[in-house]
Amino acid sequence: MEKFEPKIICFACNWCTSAGADLAGTSRMKYKPNVTIIRIMCSSRVDPQHILWAFIQGADGVIVGGCHPGDCHYINGNYKTARRIPLLRRILENFGIESERLQLEWISASEGVKFVKVINEFTEKIRSLGPLKLPVAETKMKVMNSYGG
Amino acid sequence: MKRIGVFVCHCGTNIAETIDVKKVVNELSNYPWVVYSDDYVYMCSDPGQKLIIESIKKHKLESIVVACCSPTLHETTFRQTVKIAGLNPYQCEIANIREQCSWVHTEKNEATLKAIKIVKSIVEKVLRNESLQPIKVPITKRALVIGGGISGIQAALDIANGGYEVILVEKSPSIGGHMIQLSETFPTLDCSQCILTPKMVEVSKHPNVKLMTYCEIQEVTGYVGNFKVKILKKPRYVDPDKCTLCDECTKVCPIVVPNEFDLGLTGRRAIYIPFPQAIPPSYLIDPEACPGFLPIACGKCADVCEANAIDFDMKPEIIEKEVGAIVIATGFDLYEKKNLTEYSAEKHPDILNSLQFERLLSASGPTLGKILRPSDHKEPKEIVFIQCAGSRDPELHNAYCSKICCMYTAKHAMLYKHHVPDGKAYIFYIDVRSAGKGYEEFVQRAVEEDGVVYLRGKVSKVFQENGKLKVWGVDTLTGKNVEIDADMVVLAMAIRPSKGAEELAKKLKITTDRDGFFSEIHPKLRPVETVTSGIFIAGVAQAPKDIPESVSQAGGAASKVLALFSSKELYHHPIIAEVNDELCSGCKLCISLCPYEARKFDEKKRIVRVEEILCEGCGACIAACPSGVTQQRNFTDQQIYSMIKTLLEENDKNQVSS
Repeated sequence: MEKFEPKIICFACNWCTSAGADLAGTSRMKYKPNVTIIRIMCSSRVDPQHILWAFIQGADGVIVGGCHPGDCHYINGNYKTARRIPLLRRILENFGIESERLQLEWISASEGVKFVKVINEFTEKIRSLGPLKLPVAETKMKVMNSYGG
Repeated sequence: MKRIGVFVCHCGTNIAETIDVKKVVNELSNYPWVVYSDDYVYMCSDPGQKLIIESIKKHKLESIVVACCSPTLHETTFRQTVKIAGLNPYQCEIANIREQCSWVHTEKNEATLKAIKIVKSIVEKVLRNESLQPIKVPITKRALVIGGGISGIQAALDIANGGYEVILVEKSPSIGGHMIQLSETFPTLDCSQCILTPKMVEVSKHPNVKLMTYCEIQEVTGYVGNFKVKILKKPRYVDPDKCTLCDECTKVCPIVVPNEFDLGLTGRRAIYIPFPQAIPPSYLIDPEACPGFLPIACGKCADVCEANAIDFDMKPEIIEKEVGAIVIATGFDLYEKKNLTEYSAEKHPDILNSLQFERLLSASGPTLGKILRPSDHKEPKEIVFIQCAGSRDPELHNAYCSKICCMYTAKHAMLYKHHVPDGKAYIFYIDVRSAGKGYEEFVQRAVEEDGVVYLRGKVSKVFQENGKLKVWGVDTLTGKNVEIDADMVVLAMAIRPSKGAEELAKKLKITTDRDGFFSEIHPKLRPVETVTSGIFIAGVAQAPKDIPESVSQAGGAASKVLALFSSKELYHHPIIAEVNDELCSGCKLCISLCPYEARKFDEKKRIVRVEEILCEGCGACIAACPSGVTQQRNFTDQQIYSMIKTLLEENDKNQVSS
């Protein structure tokens, strides 16, 4: 059987986590290519619907990365994220999605090492969880598509 | 639909080594909307940029994606390039395939597949990008400097000399800060007052400087170039314009309270001048101490004041000012003695903090420069200096190093030896940190020329015994306990952010670090800028530092203000929130989420509006809008959804055809 390669989306804020990912690159650290990054200005831009949409579209895991508490470029955006993500994790189970498939991490611009560690550990965690099987994915996708997604 | 061009950079071998650039180009050329794709060895070079410009013109491209390094490096470069070609800069987006792909992966096929996905997702984004114009913002070319110590004075003078108006606000009755309390300064032993008072006079007489002492910042609204500040002017009850400094009032005032300037080593009257060289040179009444507000009780000072300068009916005033930039130079306060119970610091009058010892050393101090014990006015023959009193102690006190104590303690011990040549000076230290021009030599001089005894170790306890201060310490170099019967103990107290710094940070909507000092944006490259553009920091408000460093940082902050003021108008980036007027239900959920107060409720239309120049573009409000009618320009939900979808498309769709 072919080894399961999870598909993971990472929402990374422009000022900390994306810069941390850049630092990982500049330092030539290595991680698995399972994760692709979407850069947004602040982690608070991530709408829980974006995350659900990612799962519907076939993501096996989602990471949201922001600045450490107190370090937000936009004063307190990360505090909003810090409330939204745990809340979403609680209801994910109701959709048949293990809450571990969504992770929130504070990764600063200087934490290239942490970025790599988080990505690698999360990838392995999702690999052990196996592919996300949404029974109603097909239907949901049709519904979402009808909204013009 | 849009005509999109894709340009893939090899970055020498940085990208091309792990990513098959040609395959990316081929794959993208088949992607919808992409009408042209090409690659070049260094896209950011002149020929690379020329290739982009020519291709835009030749293929009538409306948007482009450059697949290269991180947008932090060359987004500006390529946006400038497309502008030359006649496109709106916001029609160019960067696909980061170097830092976030080629450099972090090793397997070529995997990396190539990932790069293709990344580039496609950015094509999806740029497809939906709007052409945006930077938002023009007017600019008030007047600066506010908060804090009238050496940093604030220097920043104010530099800005004023650059030709712009400055309002210098100081919360205490005189400018001068802590530097004016010092005796002599290391490592040159210049008299502090001699070098500072001319600057104080200069700043007070400068035609471009408006001095506002005994004033506090009450409220700050607005944004870079356009701050509105409410300043609370506390009543002095003495008119500085009328006061002739005759000093008749203090002779009749019956009240004595501790003198703040001498840190309680002397007393002052309820009507007083902070110190003889105070600027503005005027007396004031301390309303907490003065009984004169009940005319029956007192009023003696008003009776003897020939100039009629005293007015018990003065009221606090709120003064509103408009400024374009703000420099914070609020300095520090010493860690309080009451925190150091292990040294019974508050209990004994002969245990002094470093500023009190400065006052004893000062020629204008309470003892006119003689070193005398506050308890019995005798000359101390054995004196112990304890460094790191409250610093470098993460368990009990402050974790950080207060930076200047090693140097001033060496100075204290040296000056003590100059005053009392037969006395003994001991310094307990953890390390001696003397990095700075002439600093190490200065410490060596204290040891070699003046015979100061350095003991490496902490003091565990100080207590009174037989009229002496018993100091229990340890010398970790010999491994022996040390007991000293001292006549005086001087604590090199930790430096804390000045009282009210936290509150001021909230008013200014900027951040402080975990110790309460104001945070700079970048510790190395942007050390004087804060998260709010137009607000700068200088001096100890940012972190403990000595006078030369404070002065240089103040100059740095001033130059940032001058650079800001030298531009005709300001531009604000347009990646901000907007509201669909037709669909907004006016639920106001977004208003509470905005940290910049950029969202205002339009009572007439019952909808929420975004004040463009206030919006910084975080997007927190967008994610909260229950009906999705507010969007972040060029980061719309549509864009994010389509990027997610593209990135997750099945591998077979992304399979590289070889």
